[in-house]
Formats: sequence, structure tokens, C-alpha cells
Amino acid sequence: MASRRVQLSQILAGIHLEHVFFCIEKTYLYSEDSFYDMFPLGIVPYIVGGILIGVGVSHIYIATGLHATQSSFFSTTLSYFSKRPYFQQKQYLDSRGWRLTFAVGVILGALIYVITLSPNGFFTTSVQWWRLALGGFLVGFGTRLSKGCTSGHGISGLGSLSTTSLYAVITFLVVGILTAIVVQALGVIP
Amino acid sequence: MKMRHLFVFTGGLLFGFGLAFGGMAKQEIVLSFLQLEDLGLLLLLGASALVTAITINLVPQILKGPLIGGEFKRRKRTLSKRTIVGAVIFGVGWGISGQCPGSAWASLGVGNIPVLIGIGSMFLGAYVMGRFFT
Repeated sequence: MASRRVQLSQILAGIHLEHVFFCIEKTYLYSEDSFYDMFPLGIVPYIVGGILIGVGVSHIYIATGLHATQSSFFSTTLSYFSKRPYFQQKQYLDSRGWRLTFAVGVILGALIYVITLSPNGFFTTSVQWWRLALGGFLVGFGTRLSKGCTSGHGISGLGSLSTTSLYAVITFLVVGILTAIVVQALGVIP
Repeated sequence: MKMRHLFVFTGGLLFGFGLAFGGMAKQEIVLSFLQLEDLGLLLLLGASALVTAITINLVPQILKGPLIGGEFKRRKRTLSKRTIVGAVIFGVGWGISGQCPGSAWASLGVGNIPVLIGIGSMFLGAYVMGRFFT
């Protein structure tokens, strides 16, 4: 009885060891491969960039109590040019000044990046002008209808634990991915 | 008022630097996420939302109010059909062009001048929304 038990445990140990080695090898190789597949440019720029954005939003919130979001800028700036009641809302008139300041800060922050750290200096896009125009129009229209964008719903909305923003984020992520894949499948590059 | 602009400006610098550092000023990188070839954008969005969540949820328990005065307010948005329809339209525009409002400003900073076309169009889209759909 005792010897049988020993035998069994030896067999189990043998299987286990072999199995574990196999798993380690497999997992290690597999994870390295798939990791590179998912993040071909690495993960550091994305995580550091995201933290810096979060620190910027936090800095403004702690100092002023304002939610530093992006897409409202278009409506508040239009209040300088249009007398329509929608653009003359009190909240737009109250925030249009600091939103201009904020946009200037974002532009100059990106400029500082190019001057200090960008490996190849200034750079541009090869996305076609008609895509920038058509896409831009839909981005302007959609973000104002939804009252938020990747910044408003994505960063500040999720940061505020808002379920409304969560639904919006899931929606524009899914639709954005589907659209980009269809555009690519139609042969439009990049 | 001047203090408010100073803090908003310096926060904007960090925001724009982070966007550019994270590759968001190049539409090709945003599109490579939307084409599921590089999932890094999710890390950037997750990291920025996490830092913001910690601040918005913890700081009001420590400080009585913002440093320059006033009070901490929650960002209020109620879910409606417009929230979702707007997010669908935004998603289509994002998928076509790889642009969103914040990254468009950062694009200008890195010399990505064609995005001016996109910014002009965003103004037009925001105007048409406010003019005809409110």
C-alpha cells in the first residue's frame, strides 16, 4: 500500500514537473510574442503620457475646481461669434476665457515636447485632407451632442465615476474601432 | 481670475506634453489603435482616468475647497439619447480621421499643421449642432 502510494506520488510529481516546465516555457514565449503584438511601440510612452495628462487635469482641479475637458471649447469659443441663445448660455460665457487659455497651454505643451524630447523634431500626418475634414466635422458635431469627448467622457467622466460617461466611452470606442476597420478594409491608407 | 488662468495654463502644458509624449499628436498612432494593431491608447486613457479618479475622489475629502477659492463640484451628465447618438457620431469621425479635440490641439504644437483642416471642421460641426439641433 505504502509503496503504491510512493509510486503514485512519484508519477504525479513527474507529470507535474514536466507539465510546469511546459507551461512556463509556453507562457513565457507566448506572452512575449503577444505582448509585442499588442504594444509594438512599447507601453512606456502610453503610460507616462497618460499619467502626465492625469496630473495636468488634477493640477487644474485641485487649484481651481475646474474640470479641464476639451470639446466644450468649440461651443464656448463660438459664443464670441454667434448670438444664438445656445452659444450664449451662461456656462459657456463663464468658461470661454479659461478654455482659450487651456487650449493655448495644450498647444505649447506639445511644442515643448517636440523641442525637448521628440526624436525626429516636428512631425506631421499623412492622413488625407478629406478624412481630416469629414472626420473633424463629425467629431465636432458628435462631441457637442454627447457633451463630451475622449477627454470629457473618457478622462474626467470616468474619473468622476460617471455611468453616463462610461456608456459614452464604450460607445465611441466600439464605433471608432468598427469605423476604422471598415475604412481600412475599403483600401484607404493609413 | 489671473491665478485661475495661470493654473489652467500650466495644467494645459502638462496635458499637451502628455498627449504628444503618448503619441496622440500623430493620427496614424490613434488609427493603429482603432485598427486594433496597437492597444497602447487604452493604457494612456486608463492611466489618465485613474490619476484623475484618485484626485477627484480623494482631494475633496482632504481640502475644503480649491486652492484659489470656490468649491469642488462633481461633473454632472445625465444619460440621454443624445449622449449615445453623439458618441456614435463622434466614433465615426474618430475612426475616419484619428482626430479628437484634445489631440488636435497637441497636433498643432508638434507641427502637424494639416490638422488645422480638422479643427476648422470641428468648429463647423459644433456650430451646426448648436444652430440646428438644440
